[in-house]
Amino acid sequence: MSPRARAGVVIVGGGIAGQAVVEAIRDRDREVPLTLVCGEPRLPYDRVRLSELLASGEDLDALILRPAEWFADHGVRVLTGRSVARLDLEHHAIELENGETLPFTRLALATGSRPLLPPIPGIDLDGVYAFRGPEDCDGIRAEAASADVRRAVVIGGGLLGLEAARGIVAQGCAVTVVHLMDRVMERQLDAGAAELLLPRLRELGVEVLLERQTVAIVGEQRACAVRFHGGEQVEADLVVVSIGIRPEDSLARAAGLRCDRGIVVDDHMRTSAAGVVAVGECAEHDHVVYGLVAPILEQAKVAAATLLDRPADPYRGSIPSAKLKVAGIDLVAIGAAEGDSEAISSDAATGVYRKLVVRDGLAAGAVLLGDVRGSEALLYEIAGAEPVPDPLGRLAAAAALGPEDLPDTAQICNCNGVCKAELVAAVTEGGCATPREVMASTRAGTGCGSCRTTVTAIVAAATGGLKDEPAYLCPCERQTREELAAAIREHSWRSVSEVTEACRTGRQCGTCKPALAYLVSELNANRHREERHARFINDRVHANIQRDGTFSVVPRIHGGVVTPDQLRRIADAAEKYEVPMVKVTGGQRIDLLGVRKQDLPGIWRDLGMTSGFAYSKAVRTVKTCVGTDFCRYGLEDSIGLGIEMEKAWEGLHTPHKVKSGVSGCPRNCAEATVKDIGVVAVEGGWQVRIGGAAGGNVREGDLLCTVKTRAEALRATTAFLQYYREHAEYKERTYDFVPRVGLDQVQAAVLDERSSAALVERLRIAKAATRDPWLERDGPYHPRQFRDLDDPVLPEDADEALEADEPTLVGPPEDGV
Amino acid sequence: MIRVCGVEDVPPGEGRAVVVEGRRVALFRAEDAWFALDAICPHRGGPLADGIVARRTVICPLHERRFDLATGRQCAGEYFVAAHRVEVRGSDVYLALAPGPAGVAPRPATAVP
Repeated sequence: MSPRARAGVVIVGGGIAGQAVVEAIRDRDREVPLTLVCGEPRLPYDRVRLSELLASGEDLDALILRPAEWFADHGVRVLTGRSVARLDLEHHAIELENGETLPFTRLALATGSRPLLPPIPGIDLDGVYAFRGPEDCDGIRAEAASADVRRAVVIGGGLLGLEAARGIVAQGCAVTVVHLMDRVMERQLDAGAAELLLPRLRELGVEVLLERQTVAIVGEQRACAVRFHGGEQVEADLVVVSIGIRPEDSLARAAGLRCDRGIVVDDHMRTSAAGVVAVGECAEHDHVVYGLVAPILEQAKVAAATLLDRPADPYRGSIPSAKLKVAGIDLVAIGAAEGDSEAISSDAATGVYRKLVVRDGLAAGAVLLGDVRGSEALLYEIAGAEPVPDPLGRLAAAAALGPEDLPDTAQICNCNGVCKAELVAAVTEGGCATPREVMASTRAGTGCGSCRTTVTAIVAAATGGLKDEPAYLCPCERQTREELAAAIREHSWRSVSEVTEACRTGRQCGTCKPALAYLVSELNANRHREERHARFINDRVHANIQRDGTFSVVPRIHGGVVTPDQLRRIADAAEKYEVPMVKVTGGQRIDLLGVRKQDLPGIWRDLGMTSGFAYSKAVRTVKTCVGTDFCRYGLEDSIGLGIEMEKAWEGLHTPHKVKSGVSGCPRNCAEATVKDIGVVAVEGGWQVRIGGAAGGNVREGDLLCTVKTRAEALRATTAFLQYYREHAEYKERTYDFVPRVGLDQVQAAVLDERSSAALVERLRIAKAATRDPWLERDGPYHPRQFRDLDDPVLPEDADEALEADEPTLVGPPEDGV
Repeated sequence: MIRVCGVEDVPPGEGRAVVVEGRRVALFRAEDAWFALDAICPHRGGPLADGIVARRTVICPLHERRFDLATGRQCAGEYFVAAHRVEVRGSDVYLALAPGPAGVAPRPATAVP
């Protein structure tokens, strides 16, 4: 091998195009040496999604296309933060700004573009930004979020300009888009669609001024206004310029490559210099420079074949298609916006505009605003220039087309160039079972994300309907209860944060934090380290949050039996705290509704009763009928058993709420047959039922067993309660749990003498570690457990402020103003 | 910026409400940063300060609408609340209100003749 051959392929430019060339080469050849030279000090990232970063403030890391390990694994040498000074085509080398020289056998130019900045006065002022790189993004975001910046102006009403405006609005900063033309996005939209888009933009808080030629940015040191031709001015503390891009072809020009608008390439992406190709926004193919992802990926495949001397179909240009990613506005623009024949459906009231453009009887373009159904099918037809004899009929039919009607070759993910057949193959051959797995395997949906709904629909069809994903406790991390329980046991974790730290559970969306908190407490038999941030508000303040943000208070009344003294205290407390409503509940208790959070400790103190846990996934009430003491039909002491059960279980958390009842005869006045756990006295003993429901569904409880004595009934119900505590999914009621695992299985565990004894013992151990949470009235877990920041708190609150340091923690991000 | 509380006034991983210049704001002490949003959920008026806080989001306790703590935008939804700037200096927490009225999108700029 000659030294030149060993030099391999050098790719200049670490953007989407450069990365696409690297991947396209590695798809075809795992050996050829590859060097990727990136001008920016970071690995290639998805620039298309920068506007999302502007709105959300997410880390740039989220947009990195491939991690460093990928490059190592694939034998790709990456140089970041290296600018190229010169191409030395004669010696097959490039010279870097730092003086280094890199030899190459073949060279790919993927230098992208630079933002176009108008040569107007004031363009250099502070507060004026282009919208191109992450640094611009950070700067714009920080300024827009700053209290000193009141108004922003975006110059340029193209796709990128509108996205910049939306990102600025998201920071709470007023923004005006000024545009030279008579409609926004004139390259993608016709007048009708552009007109309908305006009110939608206004709803988002984006004002648009059309037909304004910006002639100057006004200001001393910093921008304060933008001036238009004719003298009109608009205030602006922040100016973002997004009037277009220009191919970055300066290296190529200096090296004598043929350039027109960009670096001129032929159908094999070859430039005028031997062994040198150009791809992406720096390249001009057939008089067109493409700035969208899908064409760049097509070009990269052709370029890779050329660089490797492999045969390939020539590149014949692309049909541009854009999906606008501004929140709330679905917009798809494909190909030509106007033609010799057009079918339009429009509804200004709902903001829907759909148009199919036909040229010479062939599908040539489409604009879909507000309702983008059928966009994949239309894209496929437009790309294939299919004949359209009846455009209106076609447009109507497209709206009814689901993704399953698409041909196999239809491209679904334009960012990563994934077609329908590849998605289906990931299911049928690749063994993927869920949309998430298909997306991870094919990379579809991992670019701009706009195709995810379609991907999900195709996967659902391919798997024969939505296959049951396992019940994940943490769906974000795809962790089941069993997996987490095993890990918690193995490491003897005692707190939610230990699990989160090690497994990331609950970190992303937080929804599963209460489920995790329950699991940690259950596995530790309540000897866990309690962390209230993982609990729902009800379990932080031990009361039930109401629609107006106040709380309801339900004291424990065992078996529904109450004393006059307790009633008196309830009445006094209700008056003292001006409780708006006192109501008798269905569970034979008394509910004080409309209590303010800060009054909770006081009202508990006055009541002098324990918590009824009416706010929690826990043991609720045991409803009883009058039983043998007074009722003339009563067969057994239902009140006695009910109170005994409630006292044995009170204070225990459960996967979902557990409502119980005990009836003293088959007349069943305590409605025990529709309770999670119900006991009914019959001649000669007790029937124990589990899994009953009388809510959204009504379900008669399954007969667990019939026993002779009250002690046996208590033991069977207690064993079942513990079995449910240990085995149910969080938020799974007994009436779902019992049918899921099967009554036989439950009976085997609960009725077997040994396992029943063990279950009862484990429940007692867990119960021994509980404590009435209302005692936190005198020992809160935090001085502000029940108080907002305006509410006065105990004396030690008067901590004098320490001397102000430099900011240590900042969010939302904002740098020195 | 206005001092709103001390670092220890908000329990780790929770939120608390405070009125700043007449505007009710929910302050959040997330895993590795502080955030502030308008305190009232635009859906049905739920108290966001009482929500479950993840690394970058909060879930309204009433109907589980989830919001991005940094931007105030609803995750997978249309609602949004204003996000305010928070800085921790030493043991004090400072806040700067976002411009514009509470609860609605900022007013557009008007042309100056």
